[in-house]
Amino acid sequence: MGDIWEGLASGFWLVVTLDPDLVAITLMSLRVTVTATLIASCIALPFGAWLAIRRFRHRRLVIAVLNALMGLPPVVVGLIVYLLFSRSGPFGVLGLLFTPTAMIIAQVIIIAPLIASIAHQAMRDLWADYHDLLISMSASKWQRVKTLIWDGRRALLTAALAGFGRAIGEVGAIMIVGGNIDNATRVLTTAIALETGKGDFARALGLGFVLIGLAVTVNIVIHTVGRTEREGKW
Amino acid sequence: MIRLFTCVLALVASATHAETLRLAVTTSFHNAGLAEILLPAIAEDTAIEVQLLVVGTGQALRLGEAGDVDAILVHARTSEEAFIAAGHGTHRREIMYNDFVLIGPRADPAAIALAPTAGDALARIARTESIFVSRGDDSGTHQMERALWERAQSAPGGDWYRSVGAGMGAALNTAAAMDAYVLSDRASWLNFGNKAGLELLFSGDPVLFNQYAYIPVNPARHPHVKHELAQQLEQWLTGADAAQLINGYTINGTPLFTFNAQTRD
Repeated sequence: MGDIWEGLASGFWLVVTLDPDLVAITLMSLRVTVTATLIASCIALPFGAWLAIRRFRHRRLVIAVLNALMGLPPVVVGLIVYLLFSRSGPFGVLGLLFTPTAMIIAQVIIIAPLIASIAHQAMRDLWADYHDLLISMSASKWQRVKTLIWDGRRALLTAALAGFGRAIGEVGAIMIVGGNIDNATRVLTTAIALETGKGDFARALGLGFVLIGLAVTVNIVIHTVGRTEREGKW
Repeated sequence: MIRLFTCVLALVASATHAETLRLAVTTSFHNAGLAEILLPAIAEDTAIEVQLLVVGTGQALRLGEAGDVDAILVHARTSEEAFIAAGHGTHRREIMYNDFVLIGPRADPAAIALAPTAGDALARIARTESIFVSRGDDSGTHQMERALWERAQSAPGGDWYRSVGAGMGAALNTAAAMDAYVLSDRASWLNFGNKAGLELLFSGDPVLFNQYAYIPVNPARHPHVKHELAQQLEQWLTGADAAQLINGYTINGTPLFTFNAQTRD
């Protein structure tokens, strides 16, 4: 128990004194994960909606694969992205390894299936309600997708936030492709792994509480800006 | 939404570009805390920002082989010489040394504190089947451990031998939790914050000598590596300032590393 209290106290001090290392690490965490979530959402949300309204052969298979990819092991994604972007790999000339860009790429791969899958579930239910109406108005495919995305925006927001949640707490992939370089690619999760390795549990736990606080804050801010869960605004 | 987007743009745009050099180092070197002393001094004297990749010696050599780092600083002589022989590095330059120590539970059930040699200490652990935590990650420390088992003339295995496949700090944490024996470098041990019921039980055998060497990655193999910066860093690491900082680095009054780079004409 003592370690947990020390961790709480350490986390409190880190935040109150605005520890410069902490600020840098937290900003890097936000920068990587927010960018990854935005990119993954741009790809995955329309794809999920499209999958809900479009009927084609092997659709079930695509959906099953998508659902399976939700559990994609981050370490494996990290290793594959590492091998692709290593100087000896096919994209080595880009020199992206051990940069935030490589971390963003890895996170996009990890969270895009999750976002697409949740979006698809939500859109499918909505599509069941809207099907007859949209067909009778002879809306084009693109118009149907647009309508579904707009009217299902709350559910889609949830999908994006689920992706954010998975990415902000992820350590396996970004440790490999980012390298946990101080002042360059160190983020909250890799810093926690590092401090744990040093046996400095109080600081590790302090950073952990900062990470949890950050995730909660981002969710609250998004919900406030998006005005969800308010009377008459469902 | 627009505000959110501007925020994101500002975050993305804030990347900085200085003269950076990527150096793969071992976890034992980094956990010792010396990097926090050396890096600021290097930045001040040479204007090189050294980006450390903290990995096991095995992975450090792989990163050098692939050209993903500009130089490496590791401690496993045989692997280093193979690395040079294969043409991945230009040369090997010894920088400093410390020693390996055997850590174990205070009660010392295998009585390794009384062992005459390191090999005998391990043989005692094997005989009593006391729990032993191995790095198991092909790091320099792990390679030293395997060499010691050969000296002990016993093949480790069985329930008491726990291979964790993790860095020095993580292995020490595991040993602390299981009250197990573990091989560590002296610096990592002294700097470790979670000693619990563990104690330094055996040290001083000359075979436990732990040499750190610096190897620039071969620019003939990888034209993109910053070989000039790597040479500048080598010059600094083997110079008088580095000697003073390395020899002067102590934890609780105990010096951790001894500088032994040869000056070259």
